[in-house]
Parts: sequence; C-alpha cells; structure tokens
Amino acid sequence: MSPWLEKQFHLIDFTLASLARRKTRNLGLLVVYTLLVFVLASLTLYSNALRSEAKHVLAGSPEVILQRMVAGRHDLIPPGYLDKIGRIRGVQKKEGRLWGYYYDPVLNANYTFMARPASEVADGMIMVGEALARERGLAKNNTISFRSYSGKLFTFEVAAVLSPDSELLSADLVLLSEDDFRRFFEYPDGHYTDIALSVANPQEVRNVAAKLTAALPDSRPILREEVQRTYQSVFDWREGILLTVLAGAILAFAILAWEKASGLSAEEKREIGILKAIGWETGDVIRMKVWEGLLISLTAFLGGFLAAYVHVFHFGAAVFAPVLKGWSVLYPKFALVPAVDGLQVATLFFFTVFPYTAAILVPIWRAAITDPDAVMR
Amino acid sequence: MLRPSTLALSIIGLLACAVLGILAFSGLLTAAHQPRLDANRELVTRLGLTDLALFTEARYTRHPSQADLHSALQDHPGAFDHFPSGALLAPPAHLTRLHSDTHEPVAGKTVSPD
Amino acid sequence: MIELLDIRKAFNQNRPNEYWALHGIDLAIEAGKVTAFRGPSGSGKTTLLTIVGCLSRPTSGRVRFKGEDISALPERFLTDIRRQSFGFVFQQFNLIKGLSALENVILPAFPTGRPRAELVARAGELFARLQLAHRAQARVEWLSGGEQQRVAIARALINDPEVIIADEPTANLDTALSMEFMAILEGFTAAGKTVLLTSHDPLVVESSAVHRVVGMRDGRLIGD
Repeated sequence: MSPWLEKQFHLIDFTLASLARRKTRNLGLLVVYTLLVFVLASLTLYSNALRSEAKHVLAGSPEVILQRMVAGRHDLIPPGYLDKIGRIRGVQKKEGRLWGYYYDPVLNANYTFMARPASEVADGMIMVGEALARERGLAKNNTISFRSYSGKLFTFEVAAVLSPDSELLSADLVLLSEDDFRRFFEYPDGHYTDIALSVANPQEVRNVAAKLTAALPDSRPILREEVQRTYQSVFDWREGILLTVLAGAILAFAILAWEKASGLSAEEKREIGILKAIGWETGDVIRMKVWEGLLISLTAFLGGFLAAYVHVFHFGAAVFAPVLKGWSVLYPKFALVPAVDGLQVATLFFFTVFPYTAAILVPIWRAAITDPDAVMR
Repeated sequence: MLRPSTLALSIIGLLACAVLGILAFSGLLTAAHQPRLDANRELVTRLGLTDLALFTEARYTRHPSQADLHSALQDHPGAFDHFPSGALLAPPAHLTRLHSDTHEPVAGKTVSPD
Repeated sequence: MIELLDIRKAFNQNRPNEYWALHGIDLAIEAGKVTAFRGPSGSGKTTLLTIVGCLSRPTSGRVRFKGEDISALPERFLTDIRRQSFGFVFQQFNLIKGLSALENVILPAFPTGRPRAELVARAGELFARLQLAHRAQARVEWLSGGEQQRVAIARALINDPEVIIADEPTANLDTALSMEFMAILEGFTAAGKTVLLTSHDPLVVESSAVHRVVGMRDGRLIGD
C-alpha cells in the first residue's frame, strides 16, 4: 500500500476511534441524519415514480376535452353542441361523455360514476374499482343498492371488478350503462357532462382548441398535454409536504451546523493542539475531520437512500400513506414503477452530504491553524 | 483483526455498490412493470380517463385536470383549505389560459378578480 | 547540534498586554548529551523549549538545527522536522483520552504513512523496554501517573527522533517514579540521543544523568 493510502487509513482509524468515544451521541446523530435522508429520499423517489407513472399512463387520455362553463362553473353540455362543433379539420372522433360524482353515506366516500356503452356494461349491471370493492366488500355477481340524489333506491349487480393493477386510476370508479346513468342521476336527455375529441395529428391540437373556443365561446377545451402537465407538477418541490420537510431539514441542518460550529469543546481544541505538537500538520488534522464528515454523511446518505428505496417500492411508501390519504376514504393500493432519476439523486447527495462536511470543517479550520505550542503553555 | 477503517470503508463501499446498482439497473427494474403500465394506458384510452384516483375526497383533487375555473381560487392564500392533499396540488396551469385570442385569462392568482 | 543566536520571543506583540518572554538567548547545545534548563516559573525555559522543538517561532533571532537555519521555514517543513527529529514529553503528558495506550503511542507516526503492522511492532518494542506491555490495550485515563508518563515517553520515541524534549518531566511524579525516569534518561544517553529538559526539581538537576545545567531567570541565561 502506498504511504499516502496508508496515511488515509490511519486518519480514518483515528477518526473512528474518536467517534467511538462518544458512541451514543454520534450514533444518535447518525440515526437522525439517516432518517432525514430517508424522508427526503422517500419523497423524491415517490414523487418521481408517480410522475413517470402518470406520464406513461395518461398518454392514452383523450386529446381534447371540451367543458361548458356557466358562471365560472362546469355545466352540462346542452343538446346540439356536438353538432355545432360541426366538422373541424383534424378531429377524428367526437363523443359526449357522461360522468359524475356520487357520495356514498355508507362509507362516507365519493365515487366516480361513468357511463359506458351498452355493449360494455349491460343495464342493471356495474363494474367497480378494486378499492371500492374492497371497502364495500363487493365481488363479482354481488348486488349493491345506491340511493340516488332524488331519493330512489337503485340496485345493481356487479358484473366485474376492475383489475387491481389499475387501482391508481380506477379505485373509485363505478361503470354503468348510459340508460342507468341517466335514470340514476335524472340526467336530462341529450345532455352530456363533457365532450371528448380525438385529434390524430398532435400539431393540430392547438388549432382545434382555438377553433373550438371560437365556435363555442362558453366552453373550455382541456388538452391532453395540460392534463399531463398537471401531474408533472404534482409533488413539485414547492408543494406542501416537500416544503415542510425541506424547511424542517434545512432547520435541522442549521441547528447541526451551528452546534458543530460553536460547539468545538475545549477538550477537542486541546486534542488538536496535542496532535499538532506531536507532528501532525494542519492539513492532517483537516483531512482527518474531512474523513469524519464523509464517513458520517456518506453512511447516512447511502443508508437513508436504500431504506427509502425499499420503503417506496417494496412497502408502497407506507410512511406517507396516512398523509396522502388525507380525508379520502378510498385510497388506492398501488405498486410504483421503480424509476430513479439520477439527477435527483445527485441533488439529494449534494444537499445532504456537502453541508454536513462543511459544517464540520469550518470550526476545525479555525482551531487547526492555532499554534502548536499552545499545549505547553 | 479487521481494522476499523477497513470495516467502515467496506460498509460504505457495499452501500455505494447497492445504490449505484439501483441507478444502473433502474431501466431493467422498470421494464418488469411495462405490461402493467401498458394495460393501464389501454384502460385510460378505453374509458377516456384523465386523472389518477389518488385523492378522492374532493372534486378538484379527484380530477384536478378537469376542475372548473374557480377551483384554483380555492387554493388562494386567503382561502380555508380543509384537505391536506389540496396542498399537494398546484393549480393546473391551463386554468390560467383559455386557448382563445379574444379572451383574457380570468383565473390565476395574479390576475384573479378578488 | 542546536545553535540559538540572539533569540527573543514576545507574546501579544503590539498589544497593550505585550510581554517579552525571552531577551536574547545565545546557546549551543551538544549532541548526545542531557541538558537541563533550571529556573523559576516564568523564567522563559518552557518558551525556549518550544522554540528549539519547532513548536513555535522566535520573534527575532536564529535557530540552527544541524547547521541549517530552521527559524524561517514554512509550517509544513517545520512540522516535518518536528516529527522526524523531536520527541516530546509534556508536563501534563497530553495523552488523548478515550484511546488505548497503544493508539496514543502510534499517533505521531500517522502522517508518515508507515504501515500499521510496523507501527504496532515498534510500539510493542517500546512497551517492552518501558515495562508497559501488559497495559498496551488499556485506555490511558485508567493508567497511573507513572504509567501515563511512560506512555508519553513511548509516544515521543515512536518516530525514533534524535532529540527528546521533556518539560518538567518529574513535576507530577513522586520520588520513586522520578528516580525511574532518571534511569530511563540514562538509557537515552546510552542510545545516543540528545535530551533537553526543564526542571526545578533538585533530584533532576543534581542527578549524574544530567550533563549540563543552564540557569535561566527573566528570559535570560544566568550561566552554567
């Protein structure tokens, strides 16, 4: 082994022996630090995975959705609108959609009801999302009654439960036939919730949107790229939880740094003096402390990141579930794509390893440049 | 006996290998999920879905991309927000744009008619 | 071996509490001999030792070590010389608490990058010579005063220096242990090492192990 390498091993030996002297304090620090990285990394991994999942899956959603607005609120599409759109160039297909919300007092949960063509769901039958089926204890061929908003009781038979793999999209879905939908909600004939348009050429989408607003000034087109963008910004760094956690983390780091910067004890200063007196250079003392910072922060970063990876991709981000669940009763169970963004990992690395090492170094620098003869005075 | 430095560096080395392994084989691990993702995309296309069923407690969290114009104003700094997930969702960008040359944007925090 | 030319040392220079510890010291120290500095506290003998041992620099004057002027060298070279050529035994021993005797002894050799096995072997020899082998793994704060001093001596010898500097080596020892230290001192002379020490303990300065006694008072030499 080269003397340089051997020297680094010596310095690491010494710094470990020093750390071992205050075992509880330093282990406690390592645990807190690892936890910090764990929470930050979990959030980063979780939001990144959710974003890449949404990006892939929602690429299949309709190119344009046309909503009618009345007094700033989403309103029904009256009869004739579909025809009024007429033939806009580039629009391949246009269809009126029927969907709405239903509040189920049994579970205190909101469901999304969606009408499907009779070829898919027969009258009197429904298909339900896995989370809903789980919470209401439903299986294929069971029957279930919903009291409509007008007070009438409707009974449906469960034709199928949607695949558990699609829970992230279909947790609260109730698919029923168009006739059932109109009867259940007393939805006026000829009206629709909104209109879905397919546009073959992606370059045409914006033109189509402009023509739609010109033809129907009271309506609002929502483009697929906008839908996708909505999900690209979910759990952005500015959003609530991240900001809270980040603020907490920054504060924790500040406290840690302050403690380190001001907390160089007389004992530690004396030790640095001794080391210098017996032949250590200022550089050796600083190198030794750099190793201390690197050993602690690298262990915390790597350990925290690995724990976060397992937490997010093998335990479904169980720590965050109660927070994300919020007030909703139906919460989807889902496995996320283990997509990891190298840049995010690098950012996390920089913001966790660097400040700690720096916080260790600043006071040591001040102490290490003192004269070695201090120990003789 | 193993030197403390050797032990510590070995542990860090092992952890680093695991992390680098995750980064390097991330593509491979993702590939296993491809069939599920494709099936889900097919479902989205078939049903015309627009949103994830992640937060089901309110309209504007269940279908953030379909929320009506003034849903965004529910996130106004002065507004009471009952649901924690409301804090996770920024107002969708398109609420501030109307795809029309003749209409000025009416919603959005900076131009909202308070 | 070591020559001091008109050495002056000021503390807190150009401040209201400026204090001159040394007022022009001229001295030549022979190799292979034991030289003792005697004087009351505040006479500047410890300050002189720190200058000779490259722990500090004189405010003015020159220090020559083996013919080379070392008073103007940058810190790195000074540290190199200190590590290779000087071994220190401090009055308070200055061992690092919480570490074993062995770890303390090999500490000065870390910056040299010598293999650990070699250092442990060398420390083992020193422990054997100082009858301390059974305490090698003990933490230093569990050792008795005499044992601590022998650990400090072993530490001073780990890099095999030519000069041993001891500041008030017997101040914290009883008579029996002081005698033991003097015996170790004779061993140094036999091994050809130069020893510099400060003391006002008659047991030390009147001992036959000491070849030369230099008196000091108020930062000046007062004759042999």
